[in-house]
Amino acid sequence: MTQVRPETPAAAQDIVFDHVVKTYPNATVPAVDDLSLTVPAGEICVLLGPSGSGKTTALMMVNRLAEITGGDIRIGGRSIRDLDPIRLRRSIGYVIQQTGLFPHLSIAENVATVPKVLGWGKKRIKERVGQLLELVGLPVDEYGRRYPSQLSGGQRQRVGIARALAADPPVMLMDEPFGALDPITREHVQDEFLALHERIRKTVIFVSHDIDEAVKMGDRIAIFREGGKLAQYDTPRTLLKEPADEFVARFVGADRGLKRLTLTRLADLAGSGELSPARPDDRSLPVLPADASLRAALSLMVAEGTEGVLVTAAEGAPDADGAARADGTPAGGTGAGGRVLGVASLDAVRKAGTA
Amino acid sequence: MSAQPPVIPDYGEPSACVARDATFCTDWFGDHWWNLFWPALVQHLELTLIAVVLGFVLAVGAAVLCHFKSWLAAPVSGVTSFLYTVPPLALFQLLVPVTGFSVLTVEIALVLYSLYLLFTTILTGLREVPEDAVRAARGMGLTRRQILFKVELRLAVPSLISGLRVTTVMTIGIVAIAAYVVDQGLGSLILKALQSPFNTQFIGAGALAVALALAADGALVLAGRLLTPWARTRRAA
Repeated sequence: MTQVRPETPAAAQDIVFDHVVKTYPNATVPAVDDLSLTVPAGEICVLLGPSGSGKTTALMMVNRLAEITGGDIRIGGRSIRDLDPIRLRRSIGYVIQQTGLFPHLSIAENVATVPKVLGWGKKRIKERVGQLLELVGLPVDEYGRRYPSQLSGGQRQRVGIARALAADPPVMLMDEPFGALDPITREHVQDEFLALHERIRKTVIFVSHDIDEAVKMGDRIAIFREGGKLAQYDTPRTLLKEPADEFVARFVGADRGLKRLTLTRLADLAGSGELSPARPDDRSLPVLPADASLRAALSLMVAEGTEGVLVTAAEGAPDADGAARADGTPAGGTGAGGRVLGVASLDAVRKAGTA
Repeated sequence: MSAQPPVIPDYGEPSACVARDATFCTDWFGDHWWNLFWPALVQHLELTLIAVVLGFVLAVGAAVLCHFKSWLAAPVSGVTSFLYTVPPLALFQLLVPVTGFSVLTVEIALVLYSLYLLFTTILTGLREVPEDAVRAARGMGLTRRQILFKVELRLAVPSLISGLRVTTVMTIGIVAIAAYVVDQGLGSLILKALQSPFNTQFIGAGALAVALALAADGALVLAGRLLTPWARTRRAA
């Protein structure tokens, strides 16, 4: 019997689009037009744009489901043109909208697909499948033998992610992976994926048409316009603050100021000393935990008609400086009971939002 | 000099039922089970099985080819549906001068008939495989052959089974007509009994043909269930 090696995660690799052009046969205009951008290793890059802007084509060129007609794509410095498409695809995780799970295979068999075609030993496959299903919170003992039709949409999508990670690819491609989920499940799976990404640090290209999802998931966002042209490639913060042109400004929406507020947590205000100390009459203010976003704080102020919110230490977070404990349960509070860090005033939130 | 054998052979005493010339005589049916009905039933099943298995192999091959080269689908479908419309007796009549009054003639005709339904259902099954499953398979680096065998054909199993069910039942029916060509199967018992006023033989043989069709259909349903455990599952509560 061969010893089962503990899997050492493959190091993430950067992905470089170098003047990439894709023109489909019989098409007069290119689907992707002179695309150049670099996705740094370990980051999530969201390709965002209206339908027909070439974002999915750009994604599919990376694993050669669509062949590039000009320019080059390099993963970790190696041109994808130099690799056999089958071998290339087996080294890239791929997640699509309807999950693409095989309905005739059990959850465990689905996850084992790529290791099997790679010819791994039975024992190694079994271990890997167990590990991955554990990682996405679907223990193999309980879920391994079920079929996809027996899972909820969110669970199926988690299996899709586990399957994409099976051969430990350095790079993952995700094509609107959460697009078919209801909003609550979607938010949940997004959070889970971000937490998972913290641990596995793959380079991820993620196609979305939803600006909120892009702002939430992306380390960087590439906005495409019709005709497959890259309109802007920036961090969410820069994109929302300084849209390159009218198109980007319209696409990110008139509420881009609000969206920027989602990027900052109350804890960040506390960290930079922008919370004012709580006074006794602030006890009537609504309460939010420090891990809530500034947008949530602003929304609560508007809803409650107050000029500030009381910020409490997030659950599990280390205490600030022995602040007083909030007594009572003020209206609208969700984090009541934690240590009070201070008050985030309307002014402070506004200032942080424009910074 | 030894006595001449009687001109009319001695058939023994007929049972009361046969003497009465009743519609169906269970005792006569039972007495002739092993020398008459059982061999005919086995022959009938053999003729059917050979035709369906050969037809299935050919139809899967043709359907896979047409799935890969879609321009082939229209001509292949046209040819098979034309063959399907030729009346069986006419087709036998056409084949006998070439292949004679033989099992070969029967099987050629049966296979040609089976192609249309099998080809159509199998190709439909391959085409109805969810697009996202195939795209995911490609994206994960399965080869075209692996996609065909591990994904498409597996997901087409319900279609394959339903095609086999109609084809098998239909073939069992046509084998009965094949008695005009070869003296085999339940059809030949029916054909011979048609010339006699005694009914038990053709009723018995006819009932057996019906029972065979029902049993074959049931066996295929069962096989389909065993092959598609995933299709039976319902969403867990």
